[in-house]
Amino acid sequence: MTRNPQWKTYALLVPIVLFAAAGNVLLGKGMKQIGDAPVLSVAAFGTIFLKAFGNGWIWLGIGSLLVFLVAFMVVLSWADYSFVMPVSAASYALVPLLSRWLLHERVSSMRWAGVSLICLGVAMVTRTPASGGERA
Amino acid sequence: MRTVVFLSLAVLGASGGELSVSHAMKQLGELHHFSPRSLINFLGRALRVKWLWTGIVLLALGFFSLLALLSWADVSFVIPATAMGYVTGALGARFLLGERLTPSRWAGIVLVSAGVALVSLS
Repeated sequence: MTRNPQWKTYALLVPIVLFAAAGNVLLGKGMKQIGDAPVLSVAAFGTIFLKAFGNGWIWLGIGSLLVFLVAFMVVLSWADYSFVMPVSAASYALVPLLSRWLLHERVSSMRWAGVSLICLGVAMVTRTPASGGERA
Repeated sequence: MRTVVFLSLAVLGASGGELSVSHAMKQLGELHHFSPRSLINFLGRALRVKWLWTGIVLLALGFFSLLALLSWADVSFVIPATAMGYVTGALGARFLLGERLTPSRWAGIVLVSAGVALVSLS
């Protein structure tokens, strides 16, 4: 059983959710600039990866995902993976909320339904204790 | 066909990688002090755990498979499809890590998985 109080788990889940969302958005933006691989060949993948490593958005995305990974590692030193994993999915609910509030984009009713399901699921998971512990 | 292969690599790489990292961190023991110094010390110790490296290799495999997949397949197909990673992750937590998943945790995970799929459709 953990000695860390519940609030420390949540204090780490906040950066996990924020940096996962930022990382995904930034990587998506970077990859859109790079474009499609027309054929499946080693040379085509080589070109994509070279272009990816020259793209600033990709590096910002990778940086965000590194912050995410460190917070993820620290919280997993006491919390169950089956607790952290679904709760960190709140980052997927954050993207439509932010695009509505900050970018004033129209969000489809299907995406709102998805946001509601995620929030409901996260609420259910957070009602269970964060660490039941691995059995050996 | 290449879509199926890369999708499986992306999902299993991400789940397997996170499960390995979780296992590594449990071996390390919980962190109590969050000063920069103890954090660096903690990460330094983490880098010496074999399971962490297994996890990093699997996460990298999943990450590059996803990047490759996104270069030809539609995001609105790829991300909903990777939402099944929540279910493979939960199965791994139960059967590989031996975590106890209560019915309400299972239900929450299924809802989250469906929600992620819906959010990224459209």
